[in-house]
Amino acid sequence: MKRHLISAADLTRDDALLVLDTAEELARATEGSMKKLPTLRGRTVVNLFFEDSTRTRISFEAAAKRLSADVINFSAKGSSVSKGESLKDTALTLEAMGADGVVIRHGASGAPHRLANWVRGSVVNAGDGTHEHPTQALLDAFTMRRRLGDLDGRKVTIVGDILHSRVARSNVLLLNTLGAEVTLVAPPTLLPVAVDTWPAEVSYDLDAVLPKSDVVMMLRVQHERMNAGYFPTVREYSRRYGLDAERMARLADHAIVMHPGPMNRGVEIAAEVADSVRSTIVEQVANGVSARMAVLYLLLGGSEPAIGKEVSQ
Amino acid sequence: MSTTYLIKGARVLGGDPADILVRDGVIAGIGPDLAADGAEVVEAGGLVALPGLVDLHTHLREPGREDAETVGSGTRAAAMGGYTAVHAMANTDPVADTAGVVEQVWRLGREAGYCDVQPVGAVTVGLKGERLAEIGAMADSAAAVRVFSDDGHCVSDAVVMRRALEYVKAFDGVVAQHAQEPRLTEGAQMNEGEMSAALGMRGWPAVAEEAIIARDVLLAQHVGSRLHVCHVSTAGSVEIIRWAKSKGCRVTAEVTPHHLLLNDGLAESYDPIYKVNPPLRTADDVTALRHALADGTIDIVATDHAPHPVEAKETEWAVAAMGMIGLETALSVVQEAMVETGLLDWAGVADRMSTAPARIGRLSGQGRPLEAGAPANITLYDPSPRRAVDPAAMASKSRNTPYAGMELPGRVVATFLRGRPTVLEGKLQ
Amino acid sequence: MVNAAHRPDDPAETRVTGRDSGADPRQKAVLEGPDIRRALTRIAHEILERTKGGEDVVLLGIQTRGVTLAERLAAALHEVEGRPVPWGSLDVTMYRDDLRLRPARAIRRTELPKGGIEDRVVVLVDDVLFSGRTVRAALDALNELGRPRAVQLAVLVDRGHRELPIRADYVGKNLPTSMRETVKVLLAENDGRDAVLLGPKEEK
Repeated sequence: MKRHLISAADLTRDDALLVLDTAEELARATEGSMKKLPTLRGRTVVNLFFEDSTRTRISFEAAAKRLSADVINFSAKGSSVSKGESLKDTALTLEAMGADGVVIRHGASGAPHRLANWVRGSVVNAGDGTHEHPTQALLDAFTMRRRLGDLDGRKVTIVGDILHSRVARSNVLLLNTLGAEVTLVAPPTLLPVAVDTWPAEVSYDLDAVLPKSDVVMMLRVQHERMNAGYFPTVREYSRRYGLDAERMARLADHAIVMHPGPMNRGVEIAAEVADSVRSTIVEQVANGVSARMAVLYLLLGGSEPAIGKEVSQ
Repeated sequence: MSTTYLIKGARVLGGDPADILVRDGVIAGIGPDLAADGAEVVEAGGLVALPGLVDLHTHLREPGREDAETVGSGTRAAAMGGYTAVHAMANTDPVADTAGVVEQVWRLGREAGYCDVQPVGAVTVGLKGERLAEIGAMADSAAAVRVFSDDGHCVSDAVVMRRALEYVKAFDGVVAQHAQEPRLTEGAQMNEGEMSAALGMRGWPAVAEEAIIARDVLLAQHVGSRLHVCHVSTAGSVEIIRWAKSKGCRVTAEVTPHHLLLNDGLAESYDPIYKVNPPLRTADDVTALRHALADGTIDIVATDHAPHPVEAKETEWAVAAMGMIGLETALSVVQEAMVETGLLDWAGVADRMSTAPARIGRLSGQGRPLEAGAPANITLYDPSPRRAVDPAAMASKSRNTPYAGMELPGRVVATFLRGRPTVLEGKLQ
Repeated sequence: MVNAAHRPDDPAETRVTGRDSGADPRQKAVLEGPDIRRALTRIAHEILERTKGGEDVVLLGIQTRGVTLAERLAAALHEVEGRPVPWGSLDVTMYRDDLRLRPARAIRRTELPKGGIEDRVVVLVDDVLFSGRTVRAALDALNELGRPRAVQLAVLVDRGHRELPIRADYVGKNLPTSMRETVKVLLAENDGRDAVLLGPKEEK
């Protein structure tokens, strides 16, 4: 059976907990002297990046290499893709190379789903358009669990461009699976029309939500949104939806501040917040490797994947 | 001299079995137990006889995209679907915005001979929505164009639309509007709603269609012109058209087979075979469209047959072409959505798929009742078998059907175009 | 030491020890609680003897039941010698050579005692010695953790059928078995009672 990790919804609660538990053990193992595990020796993982994202690619590459997988990096820039080769032809090329796992980053929502129809290996979505980024949600949940313990009943507030955020989509789904209560805070222009069908509360008032939050996750304001009329000015956005030191002071003592990076310091998050002890931003990077190792191990380590979902043809 | 055909035991519009005698391109007689010396007998026991179907909305792709479809392949597909006339949309390359292009398409149709090809003329030069095309010249050409449409593009400028509506009055023409407010649908990929939110795809709000329809019915009412609304896809559009008709507005509307059967849940597969303009909407919209077609608020079924080569669909959703083929499955889909559900009887199907579209397109020789003296445009349809749709078996040059593998009822057994069978025993002649 | 959360499924030796909880009437107990206790006590004495007082000994239990046994052995050594013996846990899943024969499985905690294993005598502890592949994986894992002065192996049951040149230094019970049988070790901490069960292998 071929299974993939394309959406956070592909993970059952048991799957998600298995990933987090595995990530925890791997984090402990690699924090010590066990830098490299032989687990995926002889397996080939292809990093197929159609969008520039050095940090995500490096994170997946480190994860695969620490499990001793052979890693092939395939970047769309400077390759045949930029000469008009289709995703399907790229997929067939990968097939010929015998990829056991394909990590794909793509600007079009659903591209990993399409790819899964064309390759034999397991597909891991490393961010597709404005759809999902499930390993980001896993590393976020892992970070929260390491700081706060069990996520059941925890209140997580996600602030910013929910409409275009793959991080938000995956986090809403995964956090709901794990029993956390999610509140989305954004200007109404940056919320999807059917957001009321999501398993999340919605608020336009950041100040009202902050004191009740265990976690505040700030999303990046993409540059292309800044002049697209979703909000009047960056200054106004920052005033209403940015997290500065004054707002941070309203958080409970235990509450943490997260950001998937890269940050716009001074826009959605003030420098003193990003650098405060509440901030998990640096941990998130390290935790990303552990979470991705867990995903790669559970998908590729055995005779068949232990997590994920099949894709309908 | 053409062959005489005696069609035995067909149920005319689903009624009692009768024989139909076809001679010299016309229906020579209709009634029980007809006989004719030397006639070729077509056994039609259990088959439903319908007037040859008329499509008001077909993309034949020629000239310009002969890799996707040609007038020849498209009309063969039409015949296989039971059609005896199709309206060829203007968004070819070059655009059908001059008398020369529409006459070329019209002539290609005549040469192909599988069904009548009635060209649709562009409303504006190059479909750009700026200057009126030479509508009068196209109307006066050999093709005698009566339907004008920038389909694929909305005539979004209110002044241009008003002028077009006024201008076609001179020769009883109609403007067929592709209702899509362009700014509200920039980069839009699928119906805006729960699915688009979950799938992370740019939404195509219902209001983008409804706002244009509302404006256009008011404009048509104001200038007293005929307006036709292409591929109505939302419950809200139905309400606006219902209101407009109640006020006496001369508006007609079409719905595609796919909007009668499929909904936006299919986008979950990210398979762009389901990517179409207007997008598949919600299940509630589908229900509203079916009832609107049944009660006459929507006048006709039109296929919006939109062929695309394989590579235009074997891609990521965002870069895939919009559209699906539909000529060869239209009647089966209408049976499934409307007849099997009890919303429409076969007489109703004949009206929505033949009589009314011929009337809107002003095709005098098509869509006539099956009675003695009428041109022998006849479709014989067997509603009983259910079959899985096989794209490889289609006559269209393209394979982008959303129904591949889906089980649908019915099968076109024969199509007669002015007394000549284009399809017999389910095979092209 | 915090043990990994209890899970119903033993990841380390499912193939060998079977899956059900011991209610199967076809399984017969070859060792009961008192036998197991005696065997561990004996092993504790042997360890002291062989390591000349157990000065540098570190017990490392192989997940999952090996950890329980290591903890019990540590307690027994403590009782005899009057001083605590460091012990920890080792998960060898990621080092197994048969990972691809089965779906990927959960991994458990690897935790070394304070002081580590450098230059110590490490006694690996496991419940059943069978093919030897678990022990081979454990040696690989150990190699990544440090360089012990010596490595020894203690098992509760040696059921034979080795596929690698590995033997145990301390054996609770040698149990000749057929390949068509399963050996299942139950421990009170993991399974609610102590027993070693011998039963027929479930046909797939």
